[in-house]
Amino acid sequence: MSRLSIITRDKAQTTVEELYKDLERRIVASPPGLCPVDLAVSFLKVCHAQTCGKCVPCRVGLGQLQNLMEDVLDGRGSMETIDLIEKTARSIYYSADCAIGYEAANMVLKALKGFRDDFEEHVLRGRCTCELNQPVPCVALCPAGVDIPGYVALVAEGRYADAVSLIRKDNPMPSVCALICEHPCEARCRRNMIDASVNIRGLKRFAVDNAGDVPVPEPAPSTGKRVAVIGGGPGGISAAYYLALMGHDVTIYEQRKQLGGMLRYGIPNYRLPREVLDREIEALLSVGVKVKTEVTVGEEPSIVDLRNLYHAVYIAIGAHTDKKIGIEGEDAEGVISAVEMLRKIGDGDMPDFTGRNISVIGGGNVAMDVARSAVRLGAESVRIVYRRRIEDMTAMPEEVQGAIAEGCEVLELMAPTRIEKDEDGKVAALWAQPQIIGPVQRGRATPVKADESEKCLKCDTVLVAVGQGIESKPFEEYGIPVKRGVIEALNWSGIKDIPGVFAGGDCVTGPATVIRAIAAGKVAAANIDEYLGYHHTIKADIAIPKISLDDRMACGRVNMKERDACDRKNDFEPIECGMTKQEACQESRRCLRCDHFGFGIFKGGRNEKW
Amino acid sequence: MGYMTIDGRKVEFTDEKNVLSVIRKAGISLPTLCYHSEVSTFGACRLCTVEDDRGRTFASCSEEPRDGMVIYTNSGRIKKYRKLIVELLLAAHCRDCTTCVKSGECILQELAHRMGVVDVRFKNTREIRPIDDSSPSIIRDPNKCILCGDCVRACEEIQGIGALGFAFRGTDATVMPAFNKKIAETDCVNCGQCRVYCPTGAITIRTHVDEVWDALADPDVRVVAQVAPAVRVAVGEAFGMKKGMSVMGKIAAVLHRMGFDEVYDTTFSADLTVMEESEELLERLRRKEDLPLLTSCCPAWVKFVHDQYPEYVHNISTCRSPQGMFSAVIKEYYRDPRNTGGKKTVVVSIMPCTAKKMEAVRPNSFTKGKQDTDIVITTTELIRMIRNYGIEFSTLDPEACDMPFGMGSGGGVIFGVTGGVTEAVLRRLTPVHEKAALDAIAECGVRGDEGIKEVTVPYEDMELKICIVSGLANARKVMEKVKNGEADYHLIEVMACRRGCIMGGGQPTRAGDRTKEARTKGLYNADNNMILKKSDENPLVLSLYDGLLKGKTHELLHNKES
Repeated sequence: MSRLSIITRDKAQTTVEELYKDLERRIVASPPGLCPVDLAVSFLKVCHAQTCGKCVPCRVGLGQLQNLMEDVLDGRGSMETIDLIEKTARSIYYSADCAIGYEAANMVLKALKGFRDDFEEHVLRGRCTCELNQPVPCVALCPAGVDIPGYVALVAEGRYADAVSLIRKDNPMPSVCALICEHPCEARCRRNMIDASVNIRGLKRFAVDNAGDVPVPEPAPSTGKRVAVIGGGPGGISAAYYLALMGHDVTIYEQRKQLGGMLRYGIPNYRLPREVLDREIEALLSVGVKVKTEVTVGEEPSIVDLRNLYHAVYIAIGAHTDKKIGIEGEDAEGVISAVEMLRKIGDGDMPDFTGRNISVIGGGNVAMDVARSAVRLGAESVRIVYRRRIEDMTAMPEEVQGAIAEGCEVLELMAPTRIEKDEDGKVAALWAQPQIIGPVQRGRATPVKADESEKCLKCDTVLVAVGQGIESKPFEEYGIPVKRGVIEALNWSGIKDIPGVFAGGDCVTGPATVIRAIAAGKVAAANIDEYLGYHHTIKADIAIPKISLDDRMACGRVNMKERDACDRKNDFEPIECGMTKQEACQESRRCLRCDHFGFGIFKGGRNEKW
Repeated sequence: MGYMTIDGRKVEFTDEKNVLSVIRKAGISLPTLCYHSEVSTFGACRLCTVEDDRGRTFASCSEEPRDGMVIYTNSGRIKKYRKLIVELLLAAHCRDCTTCVKSGECILQELAHRMGVVDVRFKNTREIRPIDDSSPSIIRDPNKCILCGDCVRACEEIQGIGALGFAFRGTDATVMPAFNKKIAETDCVNCGQCRVYCPTGAITIRTHVDEVWDALADPDVRVVAQVAPAVRVAVGEAFGMKKGMSVMGKIAAVLHRMGFDEVYDTTFSADLTVMEESEELLERLRRKEDLPLLTSCCPAWVKFVHDQYPEYVHNISTCRSPQGMFSAVIKEYYRDPRNTGGKKTVVVSIMPCTAKKMEAVRPNSFTKGKQDTDIVITTTELIRMIRNYGIEFSTLDPEACDMPFGMGSGGGVIFGVTGGVTEAVLRRLTPVHEKAALDAIAECGVRGDEGIKEVTVPYEDMELKICIVSGLANARKVMEKVKNGEADYHLIEVMACRRGCIMGGGQPTRAGDRTKEARTKGLYNADNNMILKKSDENPLVLSLYDGLLKGKTHELLHNKES
């Protein structure tokens, strides 16, 4: 008999570990539109399987909660059942011995709080409130509803121009999105159930890179209706493009010198090369969109003027004003807002940071953009100062990694407190208070002051990237409702009680993503068309390739390579390398064709027009 | 040391090991199903959950008292949670209370009543599982188990055996012997402590009451009872009398009323045991062999030695237990055709002990190949018989035991408490009977409720080293020392149950510290009230050696080689 023994994993344990991973990926790939009550019961079952059986609330209580919730699902429940579920869950939450029990009960409490109406719907009407309207996960999760399985299949067949045309049906800016889309479509890709999501953005890039010039469709006959689009960003351009295709007479009013909005004035060239952007905009305008640049709507012409001149107005002004952090010394010479800096770069006015020591305040994508731009502009050192942890940053992880690779230093858990000025009023240092990570509030861990003294970070330039706002004032004066700093628009882009005026994009949602702005433009175009009394349809008429049956073997996901950090940090040239043809072929064939398999095939598997 | 506020009142605490104890000290009977101060804290039932002034809820059994704590034991939500826990337990539990042997003594039943659970809103998820009736002492009904783990911890921690354990996990968690063996196939020593700790009817005494009633109803049967010392201090409390009060006279009276032909006090045969065992000790000291002598009056301990320390079986005293000696003597007496009166004799032994049921059927305790003790019932079963009969026990006039064996000494009475056997043997070994000499023995370290006591007493030209143990986990510690040559005792007295037979597995349950103390005191008081203190001065015993036992001491009073 040995006193102790070395613990080795047996085959069963190893397999269970694998199954855990499978389940994790399966949850990642959970299709949208499932019955939340059904899911909650299933989760509860998993939780109950973890119980050790010691304490009564967990051992017995979780099982009884399951029974009650199944009663609700199966139509045996009543409103009293829901009440009992809540009481039981609360009792378990406060009396179970360990987290296995009380957190399981907490999930039920959250469910009751989050979708009690769904529980009630089951009890009162024997059905679910959620709708199974778009069961293809990537399409459902793309704000613009792009036919992803369709174009991925086209890429697999080498029909790149068709792929671009198919994308343009729902998203007029495939080249832009191929480079900078945050690809929400990949989040619940069913391929996760086998290995990992398909690299959808990478395939789109391969399509646009290889499609050559794809002509835009012929617009419909002129309707004679005039539409003004305020703001020439991705949302405004998208709306203008579709409206022009429908035969309307569209004019974009742009405040700056060039079109593109944040694509030009927010995103550096190394992520989105200007020639790509210019070519894309040029192609879209070719359907007959008129453009007026360097016109500030609200000053001249006024909104009233526009409303009088046009049959409809779409407000897509974006979120371009910078937020201040509100610390002492923010007025020092050498404090530059990220918005201001990127705007100058957008118009080719490159600041010279040679030899500068720079502190960047913020943890979002914009903070990474200015930090990485600063490196390229010759800065001696670039520090990113962030009050939470790196994993709490809102920037995409690859952006943060990219910044670090290019030599930026990230100081996490440091809250800027003041900017020290020298005798000339120039930035001398950024002072920051060390933090520790603390309680989770509204789903996010918040920082708390650490028991350490303030730190002095010597620097001569401070770049502030702590968020953007919108310039809503002239619109508010005109009577357009503004709530919490953004324009209040309805889910169909209309403005309550102001017929003919529509709004969408960042100016409605607050700073968001390009694909959401594009989607807003698409929605606005459809509803403006309706408003103007038409029902034009947008379609692509492209035959989608047949499915293949050899996609089931597990296969790694092809990720895009980047230029070496030491090389790319010296210029503003694009850093990401596209896929090779071999890679694109393999990657596109990983698509499981959810438009064909599963419920996706129902009613043909796709919306061919809108 | 410190103060806490419990339900708005300031309460002092000293060395209480948890908040629950402080709450109970403050006079609030907070319910628990899985907490016992003598075994480790488990925190499974969650009934003792309380709330503090910051709204945090926790099980008070699992939390140490801290100065300045503010505790609410009965806030609105805590009451709701507590009630719901009982409801959840009942949802998975057999609800046949009316036909449950534990009815009226079941803590779950009591709590359901106390919490006002009049309706169980949950689905009945009870499964039907087979009952284990393999043991001669206890019945295990897994359908009534609430998985509090009390029996598991009592068996493991107090008795050091671990016959029961948790098997499976989650909803399938079950208490059972390893590999789902029958309890009789395990190292279970039949002590019944699991049954004492069990709050429900999941582990109960295997009852033999019907057999007693049948014998009493049979005109051709002479029913003879022997009543062990510890029984007398535990019956009264069931009938509203003072805890620990010795009611031997009332027991004799009630047994007579029920129809027992003769009622004897096992104290008598305890005296016989003292005589025989003292002799055996002296003999072994002379021979310097088979030392230490291990006492044999506790059958659970004897089985423990057979199972765990077989190499020490020879050290066990060959003496039968008082129960065994008495039954053998009674049976021998009625083997004489002059005494039979044409009737068959049935000996009913009334014991504080479930293991005695096992001892009675142990073949090496038989005489002439026949079982001497026909039926063993426990104190708990006697109480049930009295209730069944309907006699108002507390008002009964006491009666004396019968002849020819109706007399015992104080040395025999104290057999029911740990250290009693040793004390009685020491009384036997001292040549005098002056009070001062007997007091000196009482004060030499044999008394007290510690689990392991060591005493050294001078005897003739030597120092007699004695170890007195109660609780088999303690016995294991002592046996390991003996085995490793770290101790050289001459005599080891072991009672399997902590504090001795007064806390035996057949005694009424739910005995707290006060009851334990009262029962101990009760036996020592009974000893104080006896004229005879020394077993060797019991005239009935002495005359027995000249009569019935002549030439038969070994056959009737000693176990056969096993």
